[in-house]
Amino acid sequence: MYVLEIWQEAFPVLLVGLRLTIELTILAVLFGCVIGLIVALGKMSRMSLIKIPSVIYVEFFRGSPLLIQIFLVYFGLPKLVGHPLNQFWSSVAVLSLNSGAYCAEIFRAGIQSIERGQMEAARSLGMNHIQAMRYVILPQAFKRVIPPMGNEFIAMMKDTSLVSVIGLVELTRSGQLIISTTYNALEIWFVVAIFYMIMTILISEFFVNRMERRLQAGDRS
Amino acid sequence: MIVANNVHKAFGPLQVLRGIDLQVKEQEVVVIIGPSGSGKSTFLRCLNLLEEPTSGVITIDGMCVTDKTADINRIRQNVGMVFQRFNLFPHKTALENITLSPLKVKGIPLQEANAIAKDLLAKVGLSDKETSYPDQLSGGQQQRVAIARALAMKPKVMLFDEPTSALDPEMVGEVLTVMKDLAREGMTMVVVTHEMGFAREVGDRVLFIDEGRVVEEGTPEQIFGNPQNERTRAFLNKIL
Repeated sequence: MYVLEIWQEAFPVLLVGLRLTIELTILAVLFGCVIGLIVALGKMSRMSLIKIPSVIYVEFFRGSPLLIQIFLVYFGLPKLVGHPLNQFWSSVAVLSLNSGAYCAEIFRAGIQSIERGQMEAARSLGMNHIQAMRYVILPQAFKRVIPPMGNEFIAMMKDTSLVSVIGLVELTRSGQLIISTTYNALEIWFVVAIFYMIMTILISEFFVNRMERRLQAGDRS
Repeated sequence: MIVANNVHKAFGPLQVLRGIDLQVKEQEVVVIIGPSGSGKSTFLRCLNLLEEPTSGVITIDGMCVTDKTADINRIRQNVGMVFQRFNLFPHKTALENITLSPLKVKGIPLQEANAIAKDLLAKVGLSDKETSYPDQLSGGQQQRVAIARALAMKPKVMLFDEPTSALDPEMVGEVLTVMKDLAREGMTMVVVTHEMGFAREVGDRVLFIDEGRVVEEGTPEQIFGNPQNERTRAFLNKIL
């Protein structure tokens, strides 16, 4: 069949792109989580020197389109630093910063969903704020943020397609390149979409299974 | 052991405490009663600075709690608190709930902390619940673990904030029994409660608080037997 031949030819190229998409996603979410946790704690800080920058950061990266953020870093920043940036790492940077803003809100919501009595009990036992956060609040908050983190993971995975605009050959860009020489837009875009969908299913399976295992541990908090 | 002088607390325009004085001697059990919204819980929470008094001075075991430079974490180690809603850590077993603070705050070795926790669980009658998580325990059992958890820090004072108010009636007794044992062993206690039987039996002194002031103070016999103040009488009539 004609379609199968097109796919057969496209597959090796798409798989290389897919690999890059996976790398981008994992790095972005990983760094995003770290940034998010720090910023979430910053946003809840009473010191305005920490709080205000955290708020501005989240507002900026959630409030402006990711596409503009990509342009800003890849085409804008070289003007400041004086040399062009590495495509891959500038993509990882933008995606991480963007994901970090969303993760920050997820963590903040998770932390604030823990009843006030938990912090009070911890503090009344002589723990300082950091100890109470580390041993009492955060372990409980982490469990509650697993489902929204799963969503963020999936959203970020799909958003990596945007860095195709700066020429990084991830899944979407590889599809584009194949189409630019073969003109098989329907066949290729369809299979690219399926690739993204399969990854989405895999990620959500991972999070659902993980959740279930945690819940079976007898601790239903 | 505890000295509180002219403690005021306002939440915005709302005056909750309007100058409360309290002296608690070592080994004394002071019971605070009063209608809801009278400020009795707020006052108790001021004693370990879960609420910061607007003004007034509080000293516990010679250390000034209300001093801005005071090491509040250090003071709190000497002041155990038991909450109405237990506030056990749901991600930790009963044993871990008790050992957490001795391990992390005092730096006690694990084996020793476990030994202390097991002793305390035995003391509150829950030796068989070491590995249970809070949601596998009844309310009364959770509150007993919470008492054990507070005791693990070897406090000099125990504060109880309506410890039986969130319990089903049949579980009130088991918690009160633990508290009575504690009082008998000579623990200094301040108890906010609606359990008048407990106040009468265990309390050395009873404070009736209303509208942010100590309205009447005396031995349980005086307060329950022959209340002098009109409001005390009205309150006791309603609940007894």
